Amino acid sequence: MAQPSVTEERLEHLKHYFIDSDQQFEASKMGMWIFLVTEILFFGGLFLAYIVYRTWYPELYLLASEELHTFWGAVNTVVLIGSSLTVAMAIRSAQLNQIKGLIINLWITIGLACVFMVIKYFEYSEKFAKGILPGAHYSYEGIAHEKANIFFSIYYMMTGLHGIHVLIGIGLMVWLVFKAKKKVFHSGYYTPVEITGLYWHLVDIIWIFLFPLLYLID
Amino acid sequence: MATNEATSNVKRIQVRRFKPEEYPEKHYLNEEKGIWAWMTTVDHKKIGLMYLASITFFFFVAGVLAILLRTELLTPARSFMDADVYNQVFTLHGAIMIFFFLIPSVPAALGNFVLPLQLGAKDVAFPRLNLASYYIYVIGALFTLFAIFTGGVDTGWTFYTPYSATTGGNVMAMTFGVFILGFSSILTGLNFIVTIHKMRSPGITWNRLPLNLWGLYATSLIQILATPVLAITLLLLTMERLLGIGIFDPALGGDPVLYQHFFWFYSHPAVYIMIVPGFGIISEVISTFSRKVIFGYWAIALSSLAIAFIGFLVWGHHMFTAGQSSLANMVFSFLTFLVGIPTGIKIFNWLATMYRGSIDLKTPMLYALVFLFLFTIGGFTGIMLGALSVDIHLHDTYYVVAHFHYVMMGGMVMAFFAGLHYWWPKMFGKMYSEFWARIACAILFVGFNMTFLPQFVMGAQGMPRRYFNYIDQFQSFHVFSTIGAYVMSVAFLIMAGYLLHSLLKGKRAPSNPWGSRALEWQAASPPPLHNFHHVPVIINGPYDYHKPMSEFQLGIAASHNGHHHHGDEAVKVEKSEKEQA
Repeated sequence: MAQPSVTEERLEHLKHYFIDSDQQFEASKMGMWIFLVTEILFFGGLFLAYIVYRTWYPELYLLASEELHTFWGAVNTVVLIGSSLTVAMAIRSAQLNQIKGLIINLWITIGLACVFMVIKYFEYSEKFAKGILPGAHYSYEGIAHEKANIFFSIYYMMTGLHGIHVLIGIGLMVWLVFKAKKKVFHSGYYTPVEITGLYWHLVDIIWIFLFPLLYLID
Repeated sequence: MATNEATSNVKRIQVRRFKPEEYPEKHYLNEEKGIWAWMTTVDHKKIGLMYLASITFFFFVAGVLAILLRTELLTPARSFMDADVYNQVFTLHGAIMIFFFLIPSVPAALGNFVLPLQLGAKDVAFPRLNLASYYIYVIGALFTLFAIFTGGVDTGWTFYTPYSATTGGNVMAMTFGVFILGFSSILTGLNFIVTIHKMRSPGITWNRLPLNLWGLYATSLIQILATPVLAITLLLLTMERLLGIGIFDPALGGDPVLYQHFFWFYSHPAVYIMIVPGFGIISEVISTFSRKVIFGYWAIALSSLAIAFIGFLVWGHHMFTAGQSSLANMVFSFLTFLVGIPTGIKIFNWLATMYRGSIDLKTPMLYALVFLFLFTIGGFTGIMLGALSVDIHLHDTYYVVAHFHYVMMGGMVMAFFAGLHYWWPKMFGKMYSEFWARIACAILFVGFNMTFLPQFVMGAQGMPRRYFNYIDQFQSFHVFSTIGAYVMSVAFLIMAGYLLHSLLKGKRAPSNPWGSRALEWQAASPPPLHNFHHVPVIINGPYDYHKPMSEFQLGIAASHNGHHHHGDEAVKVEKSEKEQA
């Protein structure tokens, strides 16, 4: 989408090596898209490990995934999808020069992201208590399969890396709120909001793949 | 957005001629002073030089390690280092050369310097990310140093599991260092792609893009698509050592061959990260010193992309003996042969460019010829290794070592030297001694072949790689090879000598010592901090040597931020009347 025309020209954001705001905006956006491609390949390695082991041990995945709580996974899915909506609304607010709306929407997004992490925390600690620990520390007896540790290694790697991405997203959005309060953003310049939004959608989409692959296979 | 209006999109621009300033008083090297200005600079040229200094340091370190290895191999038994030390030294030689020298050499050092200049841009799209990538590189290097001093690494540069998950030493710090380094590589690639897409000067359409930039573009694509896979692989390996997650460890139910798949899915394309930018340099140098338009512009440009693409489909040829299915072996072998096609297209187009050109055997051109010769040998022996039955015999022998060095050192390092000598006057505004440079090039050529030709022979006779002792029949080959390595180091000493002399006492370089038509030579030598004081306008291809120099020096006065011209738009140029004369 093209940027709406700026009524009053504010150019303090424009770096000297760009010709105009459009060029700067398009460059930043393209840079973010390329970064998202690298993220997909980064997670792609884990998805591949998932596929390989699932092909070798299909029954392991069915057994082990019963240990995961579909209900809380579903709640987290709804929470993240909701946060994607609010981050999109934040971008819309910025486009319309509604800085107050921008800040409110960012706060809601941050709140939802925190809800996600809290639920994840309870899921993890419930498993740790049972002895479902990553890798060599695995000591749970409840799954009748000798490779159960591998499933949970993959589970912890995937959800752990995803969790780190959620934390980074929270940090970015707090920074955006800070900037927005300083009146840095306006309808002629909201690039950081836009590209953080792109990042946040990716975090959301990765979860949308993780949820059925890990929770819904039984 | 504007596709419907594309035909009516021709803009009229008033241009005039801007002759580059000769012997400028103020330039990027002296406009800002002090160490702090260097450390915090976002100028792509200075960052390029910082990379250049760092990779030179690592090239020296890994080169010394190579000399130690070759010296140890003078005798069949122990000469002066133990087997364990030998394992660590060859691991470090490989890992440092590949991750700290070869991968950043052309893109991050030379590419950083020259890419915005060739686009007529003031900088790359994300200068601060560019600086960040340099510091990430430094942090990765510190981790590696830490690994060396806290136990070392003896796994070979491939870090194969399960050995790497269980051996002593500090594999974790090393792989974590390489993991960090990957981000530096990704950021450089990302920056280059966006810069090439979005920051071209008016008139630089895709078919007027210098071939060096096509090379860097293809490289950047590989960097952003392959490096994340290495990152996740090394992260899994780190977790394997830290938590024993078991994905690659057979003792915990994992699969070590899966590690090899992961690793080579990055590391085979990574070989093309190292060589493809070299192709770009060779295209520039051969056209410049043949005074002729490049033959087969699109063939060379697209074959870089083809190599990048096929490079993602051949990783299995590293695992012919690792227990892959024979069907997979056959497919990977076939796909490996395909790489030869775009590579051959390039070689023949370069030869056709030289045909009937007026060839000037300056140092960069000498290195380009050395490249053609050595890289072709490296390429052909690669085809042999890609053949299934032959590979069973040659796998893990010195034949592979020789092939790899012919491609990487004979190909990439020679292309790097071609580029270094080609752009040296632009970087530092100084000329080097042509006489000594040619002598060093000749010695290097002789020394290189002395070192690595015998390795083909002994490899074919069964000398395995990575062994610190060997049976007596190979001694004459090893001794010859070691002498060759010493000869090469003489060449490097000469090179260090005349380049240092050039820096300190060299003659000032004119803006365009080679008479090139490419855009970076229309800036002053060395260029000002923001490259051009005007906005360059391009109306000819970068290799149109049949057109007068004046047509390559056009531009519009920079009334900053007022204009809106992108490379995508066709421009119709009107020269102002004064300039017609």
